[in-house]
Amino acid sequence: MSPLLSWPLAFALGCLTLAMMLALARMILGPRAEDRVLAFDCLYVNTMLVILSLGLIYRSSSYFEAALLIALFGFVGSTAMSKFLLRGEVIE
Amino acid sequence: MSASASLWVDAVTGLLAALGGLAALIGSFGVLRLRSFFQRVHAPTLGATLGTWCLTLATVVQVSFENGQLYVHALLIAVFMGLTGPVTTVFLMRAAVFRGRLRGTEIPVPTVDEPPSV
Repeated sequence: MSPLLSWPLAFALGCLTLAMMLALARMILGPRAEDRVLAFDCLYVNTMLVILSLGLIYRSSSYFEAALLIALFGFVGSTAMSKFLLRGEVIE
Repeated sequence: MSASASLWVDAVTGLLAALGGLAALIGSFGVLRLRSFFQRVHAPTLGATLGTWCLTLATVVQVSFENGQLYVHALLIAVFMGLTGPVTTVFLMRAAVFRGRLRGTEIPVPTVDEPPSV
């Protein structure tokens, strides 16, 4: 791989790792439950982008399917948690 | 493929990947940095739109020029994120508004004159 591609990919991977850490910090700090769900939303998007750039680095198409699955199940989980927040409080 | 064409493709891919990573970093920084929930909910959109589009386009450019034929499967992720992102955000906003009203907070929280307290 030429340095013209390897350096920007390393930079992107570093940026995405830092972004995952920031989202994780919000998930730990987040004063309310909706903040934590928002942080989870941000975290799974960043994870998906990390896997896409790993697919660029290792030149394998398997990473694409993993990214697609993370996008799919992240959406399902995030929506389920939002719906729980919307309805769960009614019972209390 | 000639060497100069390969170099050009690598440059475009690297630029797109770096831009996508930077956009996702700025969005996540906003999630941590902004003060109230209703401000924070805007930030991850940056990573979900610009970040995803840049990295999928980088994949499309790189793999298409490597294999010598058009490869657009990666765009499926970008389209999927474009469809599902607003749905999650709307559900989350509705949950936040509902829980805020149940708690007795005045919704919407921030006004133009005074900054939000949290």
